[in-house]
Amino acid sequence: MSAKNILIAGVGGQGTLLASRVLGKLFLSLGYDVKISEVHGMAQRGGSVVTHVKYGDKVYSPLVEPGGADILLAFEKMEAVRWIHFLKDDGMAIVNTQEIDPMPVILGTEQYPGDLDELLNELCSNPVTIDALSIAADLGNVRVVNTVLMGALARHLDIDVTKWEDAIKATVPPKTIDINLRAFYSGYNDCQE
Amino acid sequence: MKKLILGNEGIARGAYEAGVKVATAYPGTPSTEILESASKYDEIYAEWSPNEKVAMEVAIGASFAGARAMVAMKHVGLNVAADPLFTVSYTGVNAGLVIVAADDPGMHSSQNEQDSRCYARASQIPMLEPADSQEAIDFVKFAYELSEKYDTPILIRMTTRVSHSQSVAVLGRRDDIPLREYKKLPEKNVMMPAMAKKRQEAIKTRMKDIAEAASDMWINRIEMNDPSIGIITSGITYQYAREALPNASILKLGIINPLPRKLIESFAAKVDRLYVIEELQPVIEEQVKSWGISVIGKEVFPSQGELSANIIAEKVLGEAPKAGLPQRIPARPPVMCPGCPHRGVFYVIRKLGLHATGDIGCYTLGALPPLQAMDTCVCMGASIGMAHGMEKARGRDFGRKLVAVIGDSTFIHSGITGLIDVVYNQGNSTVVILDNSTTGMTGHQDHPGTGHTLKGNEVPPLDLVKLAEAVGIKHISVVDPFDLARVENVLREEVQRDEPSVIIMQRPCALLDRSPKAPVEIDQDLCRKCNVCLRLGCPAIQKKQDAVIIDQSLCNGCGLCISVCRFNAIGRTGEQDER
Repeated sequence: MSAKNILIAGVGGQGTLLASRVLGKLFLSLGYDVKISEVHGMAQRGGSVVTHVKYGDKVYSPLVEPGGADILLAFEKMEAVRWIHFLKDDGMAIVNTQEIDPMPVILGTEQYPGDLDELLNELCSNPVTIDALSIAADLGNVRVVNTVLMGALARHLDIDVTKWEDAIKATVPPKTIDINLRAFYSGYNDCQE
Repeated sequence: MKKLILGNEGIARGAYEAGVKVATAYPGTPSTEILESASKYDEIYAEWSPNEKVAMEVAIGASFAGARAMVAMKHVGLNVAADPLFTVSYTGVNAGLVIVAADDPGMHSSQNEQDSRCYARASQIPMLEPADSQEAIDFVKFAYELSEKYDTPILIRMTTRVSHSQSVAVLGRRDDIPLREYKKLPEKNVMMPAMAKKRQEAIKTRMKDIAEAASDMWINRIEMNDPSIGIITSGITYQYAREALPNASILKLGIINPLPRKLIESFAAKVDRLYVIEELQPVIEEQVKSWGISVIGKEVFPSQGELSANIIAEKVLGEAPKAGLPQRIPARPPVMCPGCPHRGVFYVIRKLGLHATGDIGCYTLGALPPLQAMDTCVCMGASIGMAHGMEKARGRDFGRKLVAVIGDSTFIHSGITGLIDVVYNQGNSTVVILDNSTTGMTGHQDHPGTGHTLKGNEVPPLDLVKLAEAVGIKHISVVDPFDLARVENVLREEVQRDEPSVIIMQRPCALLDRSPKAPVEIDQDLCRKCNVCLRLGCPAIQKKQDAVIIDQSLCNGCGLCISVCRFNAIGRTGEQDER
């Protein structure tokens, strides 16, 4: 299989690193070559962060290039638009509708764009949106937004969900397995077309 | 066993498998995980040293004493450790010594871009460059063989994308390497002119021998495909080139100093158009050109920032894969966390209109809007010497409007000598130590002030007050940075004082302080929309249309905004009635 490229974009602190680690375990367990490129250090402090995940028979560069992503999994709506040009023409965007204001917006020097939904529809065919924050809040833990989004992604990858379960169990802290699995399935079931 | 590991974990794993007994570092992105990972092996003594120079000296000592040793650092750390680096090249080693330098092309988390390969050439130390986690393991093990065979330290160059990419690697067993005999060898290990001159001969011979052997080393390989395009490359740029040019012939170098000349010449003879693809400086290109080989390099590839598969495709094939353009949307710069103990200090510095020489850490973010309370950031420890220099240049009146701001870990790293200079040379600098009891930006590593070691042992913490006293500082204050009134009073008083002073702003990093505090909220009836709370630059305080609100899911309850609100409009959630 030629390499498949997934870009995970979000805001530092949203748990994108954990999500990429679940994906890494999953693809490795399926026998694929895998590379994941992460951001550490300064950008993690509430900045725009992106993780590159690539898998296939053989992966060379760990980085997804502009125009090269099969899937963009965006943890925040404006971050979806920031990274949308990384999608292939026929690539798919899965977008959490959560909005997090960056500092220039907080200070009122810039506006949080009001036309992001239109932009997303214009820039990619059929973006899939999900309100992962509300789903996580309903489950009683806003920190599982990342696993809800994993569920949404699982809906669009043709991989046995029990494999996902195993990867999640092997990655999250043991005490949180139950809530994370519930979050995963909530995301999986919410994300029907 | 096959595992998905970071390049940095691969370096640590290689050290473990090679029988390394002593590993040292000072944390620095993108190198930090090397020692964090090495410390998990019981067989390796691992330490955070106060700075990279000390780290390198500890590793050199261990090597001389007969144990395989490793020292790791980021590119700018190699500047700090450059003094021992250049001379350990002369002494050589007893047991193997590997020095890992992690460069940060693109400056993801650094103050500059440096090419550590230039250090390898300048110090005449062999250098290897892995391209993924498996090579990180294998090259480290090979480096120890080379180090002992040729009696030389070995440099390993990492870059951010190798250090911080996970790739699949096969883990092997540890070789139990016995200690080598320790012998007192002054002619080899005491570098003074007479001995050092003789050692220059040893360097010359060793570099010549390694250069000859390099062409046959398994860590280089030729992937012969279509001969119309040939590529010489190493490290992460190999991965980019392979992806961009699946049909090209590639010479992938594992050793990049000295270069395997015979191998390069024979490859050059087999291809029509030859490129050297390397990030940052034209280190390989200039050497290959000096041998009379025609190559294309920096005339087409940038020498600043990272390369990528798309850039390589565009420069070599004339067209990049199709991609849209980035959208124009607000930037999302990194910010201090909600509850960060640094925030209030910068708020007051700004309010008092002080100049601040700054330093390296999370608190460098105090230079950004809305705080904008930092004038300078050059290198680790620079804040103190620079404040002293500014006052010497502009006089005492300017000094009364100036403070130096430095974190606790950075102060221990290289601020102490600056403070000694201020006292010794009759300066009056006010030095603010932001003591959050950790090395924050790199992900919470211990240091001599925290009372814990990398191996998890409890130790007496370095006492910053006593240290400042011993240096000769007479005016030392310890202040809770959440007490803004006191922060302001102490700062006002100390900058006026015609003597040097130290103010220690003491409160743990918000990410480590788990004590629950109720979030706060704004009473919209009392709020006059003066926006003063927004000047704190807290991500939880947000302007929504006309109102200022506090995002309850982000607020950590530190209460700084309560202190800055003049209209008593902010209070703990659930305590509305008491206001």
